Amino acid sequence: MGQIVLNLFIANKFSTEDATGLTATVMVAIGALLTGLGWYDVLGKFAGAGSAVPITGFANSIVSPALEFKREGFVLGVGARMFAVAGPVLVYGILTSVLVGVVCFLAGTGGG
Amino acid sequence: MQSKKLGEQTYIFSHPLPILSTGSVVGKKEGAGPLGSSFDEIIADPLYGEKSWELGESKMVRRAMDLALTKAKLTFADLDLMFGGDLLNQLIAVNLAARHVPVPFFGLFGACSTFAEALGLAGIALDGGFAAKVLVSASSHYQTAERQFRYPTELGIQRKQTAHRTVTGAAAAIIGTSGGGPALTGITVGKVIDAGVKDINDMGAAMAPAAVDTIERHFSDTGRKSDYYDLIVTGDLGSIGKSLAQDMLAEAGYEIKNNYADCGVLIYAPEQDMHAGGSGCACSATVFSGYFYSQLITAELQRILLVSTGALLSPTSFQQGETIPAIAHAVSIEKV
Repeated sequence: MGQIVLNLFIANKFSTEDATGLTATVMVAIGALLTGLGWYDVLGKFAGAGSAVPITGFANSIVSPALEFKREGFVLGVGARMFAVAGPVLVYGILTSVLVGVVCFLAGTGGG
Repeated sequence: MQSKKLGEQTYIFSHPLPILSTGSVVGKKEGAGPLGSSFDEIIADPLYGEKSWELGESKMVRRAMDLALTKAKLTFADLDLMFGGDLLNQLIAVNLAARHVPVPFFGLFGACSTFAEALGLAGIALDGGFAAKVLVSASSHYQTAERQFRYPTELGIQRKQTAHRTVTGAAAAIIGTSGGGPALTGITVGKVIDAGVKDINDMGAAMAPAAVDTIERHFSDTGRKSDYYDLIVTGDLGSIGKSLAQDMLAEAGYEIKNNYADCGVLIYAPEQDMHAGGSGCACSATVFSGYFYSQLITAELQRILLVSTGALLSPTSFQQGETIPAIAHAVSIEKV
């Protein structure tokens, strides 16, 4: 799926670097849209990790609690619960990147 | 005064206490299942016209109460007492329904064992002379339970084959001291049993030992043989818990192959792909009130032992790594 979108961008004269970023954006938008339409959970049932691991799954993990807790209000509902599923991924993803940064710094590879 | 307690955990009522009427409403998936035609009403909209799922569940509770009252030609003013419960924090489904009802009320939490717990307590209150007419209710709802216990409903995840689906629905029953119909004759009160299961997607395995403990206790307390009942019905062990319970009972010397059923297995058809089966307070409550109650009325069944099973976990307890305690209460319902 992602490769098709990427190839489309490259075919339309975007640089590989720009096309990668744009592809991620498009995939997130698709994931969020399918969640909003109530289709992503159906997709997840069949596709399993195929729908959970790519970036569309990340969008789904943020949009689904945001939708779910809308009735508890925009502050204590959507605001507080939006990252209930994706939060741990962000926390440990960022933590890992910091640790890798420190290791690279100490090893003197200076961020490549 | 002669004791009504038999053995260690069983009470036998001095008179049979007739179940005067029942009311049951279920959601779309339950309505599409093999028992669909035995429920009073099928409510396709999980919101039931309300602004939240919780209010929808609460309205289902009220609807089940109204149906039971109408069928028994009674009003709330005729009731002395109500027992009811659901799965939500602070029992909001039944509490929000009961705020509009002028009847003394006990809220119960027994997880999915609530319906049998309520029937047993109603029996004790009636037999003790504390009430003449009691209403019991129990409800659960797929969406309200999912968001409280698991994940947002729109999250795309694969469920394990051992997982249950929470039954959407509500049921109520009215029990009196006189009148005809299938009657409550006794209860075996369950103990909390922890089999050490931690997986919240395998509640059948967590609850089966509790069901087996209560069933064994019922037989040893009463001296009855397993063929005394036309049917022994567990609440929501599902396909995995059911075969576990059968094996454990066979080991203990009780063969119940031909007269054993589980509400969680009955409520959905295999092609509905609900994995291990149904669960939730409404599972045994609606299947009893809709399906078995009418079979008792038509005398297709004469005696059943309803064993509602509950997994007593909370989001806090499983996040802290606790194992899942479980409970099962057994009520005897006999045509007299």
